[in-house]
Amino acid sequence: MKGGRAAAPRSPGEGAPRTAWCGDACLVAEFGDVIDPRVNSLVRALEAKLAALAPPWLVEMVPTYRSLAVFVDPWEGPRDEIEVFVDRLALSAEREPPPTAETLAVPVCYGGAWGPDLDRVSRHAGLEPAEVVRRHSGGLYRVFMMGFTPGFPYLGGLDPALETPRLENPRGLVPAGSVGIAGRQAGIYPIESPGGWNIIGRTPLVLFDPGREPPFLVAAGMCLKFVPITVEEFEDITRLGRGTAP
Amino acid sequence: MSLEVLSPGLLTTVQDLGRRGFRAFGMPLSGALDPFSLAAGNLVVGNGPGAAGLEMTLVGPSLAFRSERLICVTGGGLSPRVNGRAIPCWEGVLIREGDVLSFGGAEPWGARCWLCVGGGIDTPPVMGSRSTYLRGKLGGYKGRRLERGDLLPLGVPDILSLRGEGFAVPGEIRPGFVDDPAVRVIPGPQEGHFTGEGIEVFYNSTYYIDPGSDRMGYRLQGPAVQHRLGADIISDAVPWGAVQVPGNGLPIIMMADGQTTGGYPKIAAAISADLGLLAAAAPGDSLSFRRCGLGEAAAASRTLKESLDGLRVLLAGYRSRPKRSFPKADRGALRLHFDGGSFDITWEIIGREGR
Repeated sequence: MKGGRAAAPRSPGEGAPRTAWCGDACLVAEFGDVIDPRVNSLVRALEAKLAALAPPWLVEMVPTYRSLAVFVDPWEGPRDEIEVFVDRLALSAEREPPPTAETLAVPVCYGGAWGPDLDRVSRHAGLEPAEVVRRHSGGLYRVFMMGFTPGFPYLGGLDPALETPRLENPRGLVPAGSVGIAGRQAGIYPIESPGGWNIIGRTPLVLFDPGREPPFLVAAGMCLKFVPITVEEFEDITRLGRGTAP
Repeated sequence: MSLEVLSPGLLTTVQDLGRRGFRAFGMPLSGALDPFSLAAGNLVVGNGPGAAGLEMTLVGPSLAFRSERLICVTGGGLSPRVNGRAIPCWEGVLIREGDVLSFGGAEPWGARCWLCVGGGIDTPPVMGSRSTYLRGKLGGYKGRRLERGDLLPLGVPDILSLRGEGFAVPGEIRPGFVDDPAVRVIPGPQEGHFTGEGIEVFYNSTYYIDPGSDRMGYRLQGPAVQHRLGADIISDAVPWGAVQVPGNGLPIIMMADGQTTGGYPKIAAAISADLGLLAAAAPGDSLSFRRCGLGEAAAASRTLKESLDGLRVLLAGYRSRPKRSFPKADRGALRLHFDGGSFDITWEIIGREGR
């Protein structure tokens, strides 16, 4: 295409974009069948494009690892036109510059009562706990999608050495702010909930507060960086005002 | 200006048309399981379609009114009564101060009713909605189901609210409750994950709603649907109405409080216009699925929208007729919408002509 950006070669598992309806009020554009940053960038490019165009039938969008769900008003807009519109944008997503990602520093108090599974991860990896912390806080994580509970970010970018299977017996209650690992995924529990992830630390940031504007600190497409802090710093941040990023 | 809960019923929650705009953050929509029934009831009592009402499940609550209001109970199956006397559903009914609204035994069809009150339930909105999200413990009344002794604040009714007294929503607009409904679904998006035989089983079987079903999802009992490509996909979005099939082959219909993302393949998804059919179904009820195209789905949605538009016109005509009943209360408050603004008017009776 003249004047267009040259499309990068496709990643394995990345397919030509395809759209499919999930019911009559949700059109899903799928860019592949793989967890891959490049595929996720296409999802974000389409999301940004649609958000900028803001067609009147658009209600909201849910970006996931490899697909964008476009929710439409069931009472507005002919479905075939919507499909053609989204199809066309999905095909051109490859030529869009990937949207810039905001980076949020997430302070984490590792180990001890804050991270009861740090030793488990350390044993599994055959690394000293300090090395686990160094590697975990050394990475840049991409928020691929949000789900599970309100405000739960699914993070990609975990050091493969830290991959650890889920707990055999999930905990009844994992405290809000807990930072965990499940297989090759990393995540943060925004609210107290049951869960089977390996908890290696806790952040004093309040990821989700329904009474706050905005209610969520983290959004799909952002990048996260974990910053080790001491117990004293954890308590200071908690005391000095919950929620906002340092 | 409040409603006292004398007994809460089985599962009574404050719901409006849901919390939009936060699905991308993992926040489900919530809201009335039958949006049409809530919207229609709200119009009858002079509210906007999205005012908050009460969703009541199988066993209704008992509620004492502390002020005079027009109410409309929509949905079906719960036999509303005022001071022990049966009142009709889908009609504007005047409730006097001190009256008690209760609900009798179950009727043959219907599992849920929505109570709409002039002025709406005025609990504080959370993230733009008054809907209760039970699992997230937020919205509605303290983020939970109603309990005995709760006092629900009521909003100021529209100035014409009481004029809807006696108005009955025409039968052809009301959802027809049917036994063993065939829920219309759009196939996919992961129909290809199932064997041809599995797909046949899905569309030709009768399923029963499992007792473990709730506002998050309906688990179904019946013939298992066989996967071709395994029961795991990379998690993607799950809208209300989507039918997921986990490894055991038994379909789960995701409902208004359902998780926003999920990793089971979706064989099909119910059309928007048939969500009300699901809301009317109780655990133990049967249902089946019927393939439907986007054109039929759009036409069905259009019919619902036209029904609400028609209802507005009928109500405007009805309210312009001479008033039949005079308020018994001596004072009250009303809301007037005028020149793009809303005005609250407090009134006091200074004389009763001809009485």
